[in-house]
Amino acid sequence: MVDDFVPALIDVGAHHLCPGCGEPIAMRIVLEAVAELDLTRRTIAVFGIGCYTAFSNNLDVEVLQALHGRAPSVATGVKRARPDSIVCTIQGDGDMVSEGLQEVLHTAARGESVTCIMLNNGVFGETGGHMSAATVVGQRTKTSLEGRDPALHGRPILLASLLAQIEGAAFVARGLVNSAGNVARTKKMLLRAFEAQDRRAGFSFVEILTMCPTGWFVETEEAPDYLEGHLAAVHAPGVLKDEVDR
Amino acid sequence: MTTALTGGRRLLAGSEAIAESMVAAGCRFFAGYPMTPFTEVLEHMARLLPGVGGVCMNAESELEAIGMAWGAAATGTPAATGSTGQGLSLMQESLAEITLARLPLVVLDMARGQGDYYQATRGGGHGDYRHLVLAPADSAEAVVLLGSAFDLAERWRNPVLVMGDYYLAHTARSVTIPDPVERAVPDWGLDGSSGGTGRAKLVSFLGSRKQRDDVGYDLAAHYADCAEHTVEMTRSVEPLAEVTDTDDADVVVVAFGTPARYVQAAARALRATGVRVGCVRPISLYPFPTEAVARAADGARVVAVYENNQGQMVDDVRLAVLGRAPVTFIGGLSLDSSGFGIAPDLDVRILTGRIATALERVTTS
Amino acid sequence: MSRPTTVRTRGTLVIDVEACKGCDLCIASCPPGVLVMTDLETNSRGYRYPRLLPGCTGCQACSQICPDFVFQVYKYETPLELPAATP
Repeated sequence: MVDDFVPALIDVGAHHLCPGCGEPIAMRIVLEAVAELDLTRRTIAVFGIGCYTAFSNNLDVEVLQALHGRAPSVATGVKRARPDSIVCTIQGDGDMVSEGLQEVLHTAARGESVTCIMLNNGVFGETGGHMSAATVVGQRTKTSLEGRDPALHGRPILLASLLAQIEGAAFVARGLVNSAGNVARTKKMLLRAFEAQDRRAGFSFVEILTMCPTGWFVETEEAPDYLEGHLAAVHAPGVLKDEVDR
Repeated sequence: MTTALTGGRRLLAGSEAIAESMVAAGCRFFAGYPMTPFTEVLEHMARLLPGVGGVCMNAESELEAIGMAWGAAATGTPAATGSTGQGLSLMQESLAEITLARLPLVVLDMARGQGDYYQATRGGGHGDYRHLVLAPADSAEAVVLLGSAFDLAERWRNPVLVMGDYYLAHTARSVTIPDPVERAVPDWGLDGSSGGTGRAKLVSFLGSRKQRDDVGYDLAAHYADCAEHTVEMTRSVEPLAEVTDTDDADVVVVAFGTPARYVQAAARALRATGVRVGCVRPISLYPFPTEAVARAADGARVVAVYENNQGQMVDDVRLAVLGRAPVTFIGGLSLDSSGFGIAPDLDVRILTGRIATALERVTTS
Repeated sequence: MSRPTTVRTRGTLVIDVEACKGCDLCIASCPPGVLVMTDLETNSRGYRYPRLLPGCTGCQACSQICPDFVFQVYKYETPLELPAATP
């Protein structure tokens, strides 16, 4: 006889994401952070389009589905109409850095009191693993089979680094979910990001590097090291900006 | 510019009248991007909304504008956006999906000419959906239709397009702004409060219910649901048209929007010379006033369609007339060098000539 | 020289075998290394799954890293001495 192990705010734990996918881990700590800060009855999550979209109809928080890349503007509309709510976006790197770069930059510049969360696995996962604007040099994807080549494909956009330079951004951080320790550290970043929003300090952003063994053509047990050695080496983890107390 | 006149009537430029009537109709969120001839509506909304506790956002592009309006609409706040045809082109993906998300939204097309008819009535976006479309002929009518637009959007949980143009935006006219309307927040509106209850709300173009027992969406079921709503909406919304002098008409002219006023003036001028001319002015473009056009065509020798484009509404007229009389196109693209839709051939003499010619052609054949 | 016959065990797990997708992340994440994947046994979906050996410390590393919510972690009030696993 087994109990339901699924975190309280996820209705059904049996998602169909790949074995070893880091996105459910990220989703779990986002929802844990919401619950821990007692924000459950104030939160509206705006979802982009990617593998994580599978969770959008399956959470016990209010959810608004947006289009690929377009969650930040939708989140802005929600927050401006309901300033007492806590609004976050859940987007992938393909969604936020490729399609939606303009939206997140402007939302940060406006100092919008929303928390944008990017699940970064360096690929467009849902469509099968294609190069995104965050794919690192040398990374093999279905549209860069020989590895991303700067001469042909340019270099990745390090979104958190960009956002940290925008004045409207109060909290910008990058975390990983490839080990229990990193999961715990990333959750602290999420707690601080939601705190930034609750205290109306400005725009907050947490980038979460997640494993994608399928998109990376690696075994599930190799994915944590791949994440560390390839993605985290470029998209460096840490708190890049914390002006929540200013 | 406003000048006080008697009895609540004020001399207002069309854009200002539109903005004031939207606020009166309960609009509390507006987002837009400047583009001629829509820009002044955005300016007026920015001026008016804060005073009533509303929000106006000057977005960074039309894509953000529709996105912001989407977010606000999802909270149950009466929301609107707008642009000119080009800007609406940018918004199409969102417009299509907002319809599938079953959200009320009023969308202004301050068009350049009348070439956006297909975009508005056929749906310029992907997939199968319908928007209600209203086409005022002047700002006095616009202020009333905007109230209807917000009512219809709320009732049917569907976007409603209101077609304007440069003339409408920039013509000053004395109008009476309707009394303010209070709108209740619908129970599907998001505000976070249903979180953790086991019944947390969802607003999504992929489905309207959370799947408590499985992950993923049933798009077939959702699209079938939406299609059913569209059918019901189309069947239930009363088409609107202004019909004049068609009972004994030999020639019936069909025109919409501000050009229709010139067509009606031309028709009156011709009547005075003994020509039996009637007019049908569709006010709702979707649902199209098919029956009104059909009845007007009964007994007519020819139906002439005037529009400032290469022929778009004429398709709907042909479908309505269905062979009762020949349908001839007497419109055409008429622009000045600005391209904003100032039509040189909106001249009563030119129009009377075309109407008369249309009649001559069938009577001499 | 004698091999230890018991292992101090401070925690235990309940493992939702059917939820597991055999990704192996828990194996590497376990500090005392007391999780092993089955060899030939699979759950009803065909995935191998982890089994717990004595020596669990209840640190929750496995439940933190698992993408499929397989684990529930318990700590004993008093640590147990369990027979060591036979190799």
